[in-house]
Amino acid sequence: MDRGGRSLDAVGVKPANEISRERVYLDHAASTPVRPEVVAAMLPWLADHPGNPSGSHVEAREARRAVDDARDHVAVLVGCLPGEVVFTSGGTEADNLAVDGVVRATGGLPVCSPAEHPAVLAPVVDAGGSVVPTDSAGRINLEVLGDLLSGPDGERVRLVSAMVANNETGVVTDVDAVADVVDRHAPQAVVHSDAVQAAAWLDLPTAVRRAGLVSITGHKFGGPKGAGALVVRAGVPLVPVLRGGGQERERRSGTQNVPAIVGLGEAARLMAIEREALGVRVGVMRDRLEGGLRAAIDGVHRTVPDGVFRTPGVAHLCFDGIESEELLFLLERDDIAASAAASCASGAQEPSPVLAAMGIDRMTAAGSLRLSLGHASTDDDVDHALVVIPAAVERLRGYARSLQSG
Amino acid sequence: MTAVTSIERVGSPVMVAMSGGVDSSVAAALLRDAGHEVVGVTLRLWGGESDSGCCAVSDVDDARRVADALGIEHHVFNLGDDFERDVVGPYVADHAAGRTPNPCVECNRHLKFHRLRHRAAALGFDRIATGHHARIVERTDGTRRVARAVDPSKDQSYVLYMLDQAQLAGLLLPIGDLTKDVVRSHASVLGLRTAHKPDSQDVCFITREHGREDFLRRRIPLTPGRVVDGSGAEVGSVEAVELVTIGQRRGMALGGSGAPRYAVDVDVSTATVTVGSANELLVDETPVEKLVWTGDRTADSRLMAQTSAHGTAEPAEVVGGPDQWLVRWERPRRRVAPGQSVVFYEGDEVVGGAMAC
Repeated sequence: MDRGGRSLDAVGVKPANEISRERVYLDHAASTPVRPEVVAAMLPWLADHPGNPSGSHVEAREARRAVDDARDHVAVLVGCLPGEVVFTSGGTEADNLAVDGVVRATGGLPVCSPAEHPAVLAPVVDAGGSVVPTDSAGRINLEVLGDLLSGPDGERVRLVSAMVANNETGVVTDVDAVADVVDRHAPQAVVHSDAVQAAAWLDLPTAVRRAGLVSITGHKFGGPKGAGALVVRAGVPLVPVLRGGGQERERRSGTQNVPAIVGLGEAARLMAIEREALGVRVGVMRDRLEGGLRAAIDGVHRTVPDGVFRTPGVAHLCFDGIESEELLFLLERDDIAASAAASCASGAQEPSPVLAAMGIDRMTAAGSLRLSLGHASTDDDVDHALVVIPAAVERLRGYARSLQSG
Repeated sequence: MTAVTSIERVGSPVMVAMSGGVDSSVAAALLRDAGHEVVGVTLRLWGGESDSGCCAVSDVDDARRVADALGIEHHVFNLGDDFERDVVGPYVADHAAGRTPNPCVECNRHLKFHRLRHRAAALGFDRIATGHHARIVERTDGTRRVARAVDPSKDQSYVLYMLDQAQLAGLLLPIGDLTKDVVRSHASVLGLRTAHKPDSQDVCFITREHGREDFLRRRIPLTPGRVVDGSGAEVGSVEAVELVTIGQRRGMALGGSGAPRYAVDVDVSTATVTVGSANELLVDETPVEKLVWTGDRTADSRLMAQTSAHGTAEPAEVVGGPDQWLVRWERPRRRVAPGQSVVFYEGDEVVGGAMAC
């Protein structure tokens, strides 16, 4: 990865003190380092250009062109028309807009599984929607979904949300199969797909071709935080959540965050070119990491059942007799950044709703660890992790043994 | 006898429990300034409603920002499941049984000085520190005791009576030698944002807005009860017999005039509260259970006993055992509500404690 902020040196910016230590960053599913090309593309829009894309003078037209160039890149990445791209502040806003926008436009009910990101789950629950259980891999259970949609409440359903890749486990849902069930039983409903965790790994034009609404965010694939998009395909009923000046074709008011959108566009452009090679490179590293940990440590389980398709970036493991918080504490002190389940606003680790939905008991889930790799990952990172993690696990288990024998 | 403070044994790292209040902020600062390697942790104990917002996020933020200002590492440990099991659940069960629990004592016993201590040890920290207003003193035989804080109005030795020798050996209480004013001025000098934060009050999982009754009503059915006098005659009523505390005077619809009457007995099974005169509230002895001694000691000891966090210690002796003991008061005193801790002192030093039953 970028030791000590190499990417920032490239554009003449000093790194923050906090990142000057040698760190191994294994939390790409939370956020990725911004790529140097992206920083370079953004800087003029921070430093030089004052224009508001909604204006009519030269400065405004420049800004508008920059935003629309970015729109083109995002459209290529997702596989849609540029006019279908609605820029948002990120994945959460895109997910909220998808659910609330369709619910308000149609008066119908939304449906999702408990493994969805809270940015989908919360608005679905708030709108009085249904939460359909998952299978043991954390994918929405298509049989139960079919029963719901063909049942008495089925005709009121107007949105079915199914994420492409899960944010904790990386497990991939076949969105086509979801769309088949929806088309068969509830053709009035639109499929929304949160592709936030998939954009770096899957060919979205194929994966979400049947989703009428698609959420992405730039910071999961080398872009800056603060810019994402909801793709709203033609004909999908949607009422805006943010109202005001009517930007983004009246679907999302508010002056566009031009530098961040330019960064998102550049990251999308690079991703469309490099995605396949990245997936192969990272997948090899992930497999070596996962295999090495399973060989070195007893009582470690892959959370995702064998044979289930998942993104190449995530290794999700559960360690017997270990508490995630303790393991993460030791990894942190040995300069590995990783995570367990979702974090709440306080920064505390929360019991994972995704693992609970998969039927994994609370004790096992309490020992989970998510190591997520990405464009900045290196073989050295894997080597370091293969030394530090087994030692940390052994240390914690050794203490537990000393209590039992003492 | 030497006071043990933060100054000794610099070297092995210290984990400081930082609540987001001024006391633990200054505790962390003092340890850092004494040369210890310090890591701050905030326990996320209660996920529900609290006076400082959902999950007490603002307290966690305060602790984090103080740690930032001090340049020390900060972590958050989510011990919500433990807190529910060991503190909130028993608190509710105690009320349901008509007892008057002290959840802060149980939180110290189970969370701070057991769960956190073991977690710290597993992570390589032999010692933890807290911002309690109390001191630790070492005796000539090498054993340690909790002693009252320098600031008597803030003394928290009462809620630390359960600490044993192993726990005391791994504990630092850096601010017990300071008055609250000095703690606050120290925080001001350091520019800590918690310098003027008000002291926390009452039970952290019960809000001022909704109160204890509301909290309990959401978890257990509360039973309206009869209030009778010593002869069995009905003289009043209560909305919830589970909320009545021994010694209580108000809220029992006693009406009338005459001498004040107090709750002297609570029987949840028959939903009956018995009231009596101030005289009838007085007892010569208090039965206790779950007795712990700080060091080597047996019952039949004469000492001072204190029955609430800010009460006065009174002379007594402890007799009996092995499962139940009696605290025999030198002078008659008010009944102690079952569930309250009775803490034993020798001078300023805690020598043990038990639970009134």
